[in-house]
Amino acid sequence: MDWGALHTILGGVNKHSTSIGKIWLTVLFIFRIMILVVAAERVWGDEQDDFVCNTLQPGCRNVCYDHFFPISHIRLWALQLIFVSTPALLVAMHVAYRRHEKKRQFRKGDQKCEYKDIEEIRRQRFRIEGSLWWTYTSSIFFRLIFEAVFMYAFYFMYDGFRMPRLMKCNAWPCPNTVDCFVSRPTEKTVFTIFMIAVSSICMILNVAELCYLLTKFFLRRSKKAGNPKHQPNHENKEETKQNEMNELISDSCQNTVIGFSS
Amino acid sequence: MSWRFLRDLLSGVNKYSTGIGRIWIAVVFIFHLLVYIAAAENIWRYEHDEFECNIKQPGCENVCFDHFFPVSHIRLWALQLIMVSTPSLLVVFHVAYRENREKHQTQKLYRSPRKIDGGLLCTYFISLILKAGLEIVFLVLFYKLYDGFKVPRLVKCDIRPCPNTVDCYISKPTEKMIFLCFLVATSCLCIALNLSELSHLIFKYSIKCNLKRYIEKRQ
Repeated sequence: MDWGALHTILGGVNKHSTSIGKIWLTVLFIFRIMILVVAAERVWGDEQDDFVCNTLQPGCRNVCYDHFFPISHIRLWALQLIFVSTPALLVAMHVAYRRHEKKRQFRKGDQKCEYKDIEEIRRQRFRIEGSLWWTYTSSIFFRLIFEAVFMYAFYFMYDGFRMPRLMKCNAWPCPNTVDCFVSRPTEKTVFTIFMIAVSSICMILNVAELCYLLTKFFLRRSKKAGNPKHQPNHENKEETKQNEMNELISDSCQNTVIGFSS
Repeated sequence: MSWRFLRDLLSGVNKYSTGIGRIWIAVVFIFHLLVYIAAAENIWRYEHDEFECNIKQPGCENVCFDHFFPVSHIRLWALQLIMVSTPSLLVVFHVAYRENREKHQTQKLYRSPRKIDGGLLCTYFISLILKAGLEIVFLVLFYKLYDGFKVPRLVKCDIRPCPNTVDCYISKPTEKMIFLCFLVATSCLCIALNLSELSHLIFKYSIKCNLKRYIEKRQ
């Protein structure tokens, strides 16, 4: 069980996302999870061993480390990624529930059911409308909130995004104010800024997706109000073509991402 | 053998669960298992090496560490994960038994071997009670062993061979406490989900029973 399992779970949601949602998912896996696993964990790997204080007093180093790093960057990022990925599960559950209902209808032999077999129901891609629209929009909203909360927590806990080389500590049992040196401060600063930048990009993508969904919603409503005899078939064909293109793009993206999951 | 086995096990159980059961599985996967593997394991990795006592007496650190951490938090967490996932196997075994029985008989014994009714309902109830019970047991164990869910920075130790009361410092106490609180919150959520699933099933089946009785009376 590792990040690959999360990738499998979210990969299922990918099919029912908008194009911006698919880009968000790709950015999440390539620029955040992959960077975290492949690079950032190594940079922070020796953080306490190489945290050195200018004193031989036993316990001083431990206490100072705990004082300056109540929760390590790397753990905070892992939690942030887990929380930010979780709202997508709401969509996965809603889709699973819809599929379950359609399968039940199919098994009862409902005349209204337009599917030929169970496999078609499994493969079907649901349009983001009705109650699914609300679930999808709420999931984006929660994602935004989690991202913002974690970014603020980072800023608040570490007094900005810069990792200093030297920290002065006078927590007991340190006999006086001692100098403590952080290992690899520049590399840590670079990765922190990188992760913050990618978080910001993800937030922008979420906001854009939210705006896109709202615009689509209001356009659809005004179309329905203005033209009650609109032709759904033509719109469906256009949408199906766009969906197929999106699927091709997302499949090619997924193939490049699959390589990292172990 | 690794956590992948537990993941596959729980995925198998997913098929026979109710809606709330599936939410429980998702919570266990993501907030229990994934957080354990992705974050918590690394915090406790070098806990013994980083446990430091203000003394040079050989053996004193070892003895003090053993006194304050009879079983490490992270091992208890792992045990909890395994124990809490195991009752779901009862349901899997019962369904397999039903399917096997139907295969050997010529007539149809059940409406569907996977449908939660009759004996399978009892098994499902038992598994829910066991899951909730085990979560509570582990929470109480955590509380009793470590005197609450707080991880202190400093502990005082005077066990032989330490010559007097020495100060011992635990590494990353704040981070450990944050993750312990996270574990407790997730456990409480899992207990709430199990209890609500239990009450939902009791409610659903008691209404069914009452309806049946009412219809039979009318007839």
